[in-house]
Amino acid sequence: MIEVEGLTKRYGEKVAVNGLTFTVRPGVVTGFLGPNGSGKSTTMRMVLGLDRPSAGAVRIDGLPYGRLQDPLRHVGALLDAKALHGGRSAFHHLLALAQSNGIPRSRVDEVLDTVGLTAVARKKARGFSLGMGQRLGIAGALLGDPRILMFDEPVNGLDPEGIHWIRTLMKSLAAQGRTVFVSSHLMSEMALTADHLVVIGQGRLLADTSMADFIRHNARSYVRVRSPQREQLLDVLRAAGTVPVEAGGGVLEVDGAAAERIGELAARHGIVLHELSPRQASLEEAFMRLTAESVEYHARAETSSGGWGDAGGGRGGGKVT
Amino acid sequence: MTTPPSPPQQPYAAPGPQAASGTPYTYTSPIPVVRTHLGHALASEWTKIKSVRSTMWTLGVFLGLVIGIGFLVAAQTGDQEYGDVPYTLPAFFGLILGQICLITLGVLVVSSEYGTGMIRTTFTASPQRHRVLTAKLLVFFAVAFVVSALAIALVGLFTEATHSGAGGVAWGGTVVKGALYVSLLGVLALAVGSMLRHSAGAITAMLGLVLVPAIMPAFLLLSQSLRPVGEKMLDYNAPNALAKIFHMGEANETGTAQLVLLAVVTAAAIAGAFALLERRDV
Repeated sequence: MIEVEGLTKRYGEKVAVNGLTFTVRPGVVTGFLGPNGSGKSTTMRMVLGLDRPSAGAVRIDGLPYGRLQDPLRHVGALLDAKALHGGRSAFHHLLALAQSNGIPRSRVDEVLDTVGLTAVARKKARGFSLGMGQRLGIAGALLGDPRILMFDEPVNGLDPEGIHWIRTLMKSLAAQGRTVFVSSHLMSEMALTADHLVVIGQGRLLADTSMADFIRHNARSYVRVRSPQREQLLDVLRAAGTVPVEAGGGVLEVDGAAAERIGELAARHGIVLHELSPRQASLEEAFMRLTAESVEYHARAETSSGGWGDAGGGRGGGKVT
Repeated sequence: MTTPPSPPQQPYAAPGPQAASGTPYTYTSPIPVVRTHLGHALASEWTKIKSVRSTMWTLGVFLGLVIGIGFLVAAQTGDQEYGDVPYTLPAFFGLILGQICLITLGVLVVSSEYGTGMIRTTFTASPQRHRVLTAKLLVFFAVAFVVSALAIALVGLFTEATHSGAGGVAWGGTVVKGALYVSLLGVLALAVGSMLRHSAGAITAMLGLVLVPAIMPAFLLLSQSLRPVGEKMLDYNAPNALAKIFHMGEANETGTAQLVLLAVVTAAAIAGAFALLERRDV
């Protein structure tokens, strides 16, 4: 279990992570979602004790990361596939990691086998493709057979095969009762893997909810209607208590009514319809709406305090290393 | 190259006792838990230092310089020249150049980790950062000391064998002191590398530290007021310290004061490195 409490990171004036509080539980894949520069990587680095929080705390199974005696046995992390010495072979890279945590040497061969790198174990990591580098990073994360796994944007730049492999791996790890925490800036990716979602924008917590709840609340379903008698139709729809929105090109998007009901209403009033189709906004849209709101809120908050011109001030801070 | 994700510990994935009570069970690994200590860090750093080519290159060039130049000088000198100097003296010329190899290696041992991003992996595996730096310092010092002592001793043995019966100066002490001096320079470089986190910057800083005090006295001695500073620099710069260790300075000077100064500077740099290590983000 990862417990994050009031976690804050400031880089000078910029606030990269702002009072985050959430818990990542075992047995499910928890997606950590946010746009680029929203503070996901900074948060993950603080969880791993690489960056010192300006305020707040992180506990891994009840202990701060720095107090873990054999951290690889508790947490396996893939932060950056290229965070290794390119001149060292995959085997020696993993061996050095294993030795530092007193993990038996046999585990190195096991994880190399798990990720399918046995054939290139003695090759220098410098020559690895992005996909192979990612696999080596995952091998390092699995080395200590940890109860908690953290992956920072694990599918970035991978081919479809590699993406599929990582998705299946994460699900099977969670199914074994492990805590799996995966960051991404792609809602569509999370929809396929995550059971629980933690959404942040500009370093603030926007949502901490199960995937199913998120879909229920955020995936807006509406009915798309087109008619040559637009004004008439608008009146009828409003009178029926629905909320039609003009979407341009003579199209109306109607919230809060089923397609059947709209069709019946139109028929009763003798209105000709050219199109009547139920639609579902994508999760990607829902995510963008959610994070866009955070940007608006942020801008307004700073404007009211007289801070013009720096509405997106917190943005750049996320990638400072 | 796609491997089906075969969870290695499938047998252990069976729900634990907690599952029955309705709460999500937690995975328990079959690997025995060990309490890590400095020994683990030393093993890890030893694997790291011997598994990169830069170690082989810098130490190879170091050995080539000290032994190659040493043998060459030994072959070019006559028996009578070893009347009051040790047989290890020919190693001095190679060490003057070879110390740069140890400085480079010392810097690379730590700064290459920052340059490649490996340091994040290292500190994730060992959040006890001081333990990592301690292990790096010890492993590097041991390697540098053993290699340089071997090289100096080899040159001494060769010279003694080829100039039999010329002199009687004991040279065991020069092997230890000479090796200690260049190894400490390397350790200092490691500490500087840890503070600057940048290979080129740290190597440049170290070259400056070795060369500037050797060059500056030429200018400082011209000025009356700066003359004492110049004289101290002349006395304590790195090449001159090595010369004294090999009995090339004034009589009965053996470079102990110079060695002590280097040890003090190195200790201060190590203290600085430790202080910064805990405070900074990586």
